[in-house]
Amino acid sequence: MENLGGLFNPSSPEMEAMAGLTYYTIALCLVILGIIVIAVAYIIIRYRKKPGDDGEPYQNFGNIKLEIVWTVIPIAMVAVLFLLTCSTMKEVDPPAGDRDPDLVIIGHQWWWEIRYPSSGVSTSNEIHIPAGEKMLVRLESIDVIHDFWVPELGRKIDLVPGHPNYIWLVAGKPGVYLGACAEFCGDQHANMRIRVVAEPEAEFKKWLDGQLAIPRTPTGGIAGEGANLFQTMACMNCHTIRGTAAAARVGPDLTHLADRDTIGAGVLTNTPENLAKWLANPQRYKQGAFMPNMKLSDSEVKSIVAYLEALDEQ
Amino acid sequence: MSSRIPLVPENAVPLPSLKANNGLLSWVSSIDHKQIGIMYLIITLIYFLLGGLEALLIRVQLAHPGNDFLTPELYNQLFTMHGTTMIFFVVMPFLIGVGVYLLPLMIGARDMAFPRLNALSFWLFFFGGILLYYSFFTQSGAPDVGWFAYAPLSEKPFSLNKGPTYWALGLLASGIGSVASGLNNVVTILTMRTPGMTMRRIPLFVWMMLVTSLLLVFVIPIITAAFAMMLLDSILGATFFTPAHGGSAILWQHFFWGFGHPEVYILILPAFGIISEVIPVFSRKPIYGYEFVAASTVAIGLLSLGVWAHHMFAVGLGNAANAYFSLASMLIAIPTGVKVLNWVATMWGGRINFATPMLFGTAFIIEFVVGGLTGVAIASVPIDWVVTDSYFIVAHFHYAIFGGSVFAIFAGVYYWFPKFTGRMLSETLGKWHFWLTVIGFNMTFFIQHFLGVMGMPRRTYTYYDMPYWGSMNLISTIGAMILGLSVLIFVWNILVSLRHGRPAGDNPWNAWTLEWATTSPPAVENFELVPPVRGRRPLWDLAHPDMPDEPGAKTV
Repeated sequence: MENLGGLFNPSSPEMEAMAGLTYYTIALCLVILGIIVIAVAYIIIRYRKKPGDDGEPYQNFGNIKLEIVWTVIPIAMVAVLFLLTCSTMKEVDPPAGDRDPDLVIIGHQWWWEIRYPSSGVSTSNEIHIPAGEKMLVRLESIDVIHDFWVPELGRKIDLVPGHPNYIWLVAGKPGVYLGACAEFCGDQHANMRIRVVAEPEAEFKKWLDGQLAIPRTPTGGIAGEGANLFQTMACMNCHTIRGTAAAARVGPDLTHLADRDTIGAGVLTNTPENLAKWLANPQRYKQGAFMPNMKLSDSEVKSIVAYLEALDEQ
Repeated sequence: MSSRIPLVPENAVPLPSLKANNGLLSWVSSIDHKQIGIMYLIITLIYFLLGGLEALLIRVQLAHPGNDFLTPELYNQLFTMHGTTMIFFVVMPFLIGVGVYLLPLMIGARDMAFPRLNALSFWLFFFGGILLYYSFFTQSGAPDVGWFAYAPLSEKPFSLNKGPTYWALGLLASGIGSVASGLNNVVTILTMRTPGMTMRRIPLFVWMMLVTSLLLVFVIPIITAAFAMMLLDSILGATFFTPAHGGSAILWQHFFWGFGHPEVYILILPAFGIISEVIPVFSRKPIYGYEFVAASTVAIGLLSLGVWAHHMFAVGLGNAANAYFSLASMLIAIPTGVKVLNWVATMWGGRINFATPMLFGTAFIIEFVVGGLTGVAIASVPIDWVVTDSYFIVAHFHYAIFGGSVFAIFAGVYYWFPKFTGRMLSETLGKWHFWLTVIGFNMTFFIQHFLGVMGMPRRTYTYYDMPYWGSMNLISTIGAMILGLSVLIFVWNILVSLRHGRPAGDNPWNAWTLEWATTSPPAVENFELVPPVRGRRPLWDLAHPDMPDEPGAKTV
């Protein structure tokens, strides 16, 4: 059977604790449901009105002892569930103390800004973490309320403007874990996707170093033309490319775009062909997104793609 | 007191019925609780069809991943309008309407305490709905920020169109009508009961409407104030809910759910009332543990005021607040469980006639228990962190509101239609309606529990093509189509039976409460003579003078 994901594939100790509690509770619910269904089924068969049976049955008004029994038993069940709730809650959300966040995630309509405060790395939509390590994440929003949800790794947490939140993010083993925004945040709420890439420590370090590199701006050829276009058209009003004058934070940092797996917070796989299609008309793939159709000519698209791809080749 | 309240003038024909041809004016100007009740029912049926159509469009869009049947904007408008319509313009006004029709009859009164206020409530609801739906014809389209309209998404600069303004104004108007209804119901129940009808003898439907009405009076003003603040933000540039200017986005959520969670009980308590009338009559037994069913309603009403933040476990309120709201929410399971077990005990040992009202009543128990149990599960904070804002929640509350409230509403319609119109609904069509509803409903929503825990978020116009997601969504969509078909059969049944249904007579189900002691439909003044009330089942006592209910009618 294929991996069903989410609750069926908990990949962190926190998620395992929550999945355990969920299974236990659902099992209890199924037992209660089973009792009610069996009772009703029995009643339907046994007490259905038979033809010709027109008298009134025995008029029974109730029984106090029975009422007490079926009040007390649920109280006991609730008490147990509440204790388990509190212990699991503590396990998932242990206090962070004075520790500085390892990661800052900032929600935007409709993409994720990812910052690593200790190293200064900034990326978007794809979160690299060292596998097995507990990362303290601070979550903020720049516009409306979003919600960070990677089903296999753990809990949901809202990104609320003016109200920073903290969670622990851990992936037990290396792998790619998919997630998405879970709080309705406008037109493109559906295409605000998350990829968490958990890597062995060494590879994570390597990725981090790669992100820190400031690329040289190509001067000649088609990529050079792209660099010029990027600076002269509206691109730099919204995007950052380190080592250039483009330093805006309205849209994702594009310095190491070529490193990423997807474009547009998950709408397209990141290939030069798809990047060209995206630049030609982002609204076709993400209708309502804030990147307008720039009405670029084919050759302009080609140059900008060449530029963005060239940034990462050094 | 009642003699001083002006009643409707005598009509030219003695019995008001849908066929009484006094023209539209007799309806528009009516302050007769029965006519107003019928108008509620007709309007809510129209909104039910609109809300259902919106749901079907949503399900068609979700039939496979990456579908482009609807644009994201239109999809967001449709799910916003579907939720808003079904809650504020279908389930709530239907239950208010059926209450307005039945309360005076059940307690042996001639009308509501304030007949003109009653009419005002209806017309506020009516025009509130028109204001909301008019937004579809404006340039900016219908509201597209969800039925919860979270700030700051619902405010400038994130919503520059007028949709949320129409939404807030429409609901503001109908909400004021609901407060007036609540007040009217409370006063009617407390002051207009016929001699002998003590509070310990009123039908359970009346008990549940009393608690619901108190909730209306207490909680609708919360959201009314919040709507006013939202309108100040959007029209006059105030900043109550905009963090960028010193407001608080979380404050809106506290206001919204401070109203919104009790609202859930406003939607389900009258449904419990309907079930508490239907199950005894069709089981031919009195309700088991009357006092416990009534008292548990009061307990639910009180608890419902203190659980709102269980909608906010992912907001980051801190674990102390989360733990309190978790425990308070779980406690509601206890009085709710008491009710379910008393209904089952009422059926136990009965001689059950499975006519259509009872089919829906019995199915209600199972479907509602599914929604109730998942409700207890998600009251647990860590489980909520897993499933909140996913399709699991969509499944959960549809089991509670469709499997619960709407199944009860269907039971109530089949049960009281003969009283409202003088004609029976067709049993054959009723059974088709019932079975298609059960199949369609469970097919649509059960599978969504799994989609949710597998990671499918709510309110997305499209979704990842993950293993099985496409086929599971397709099953859900096919279920929704079957459900749509069942509703068409229901409407057909009503239309056909209005003309050709079997004449009902006063008391076709051999029931025991006072509304069955008068003609079907009742005359303008309701009763020629109210039967003596010496117990909870006046008509049982009349039929069985040898073994009346009192003094044996106590839980022993």
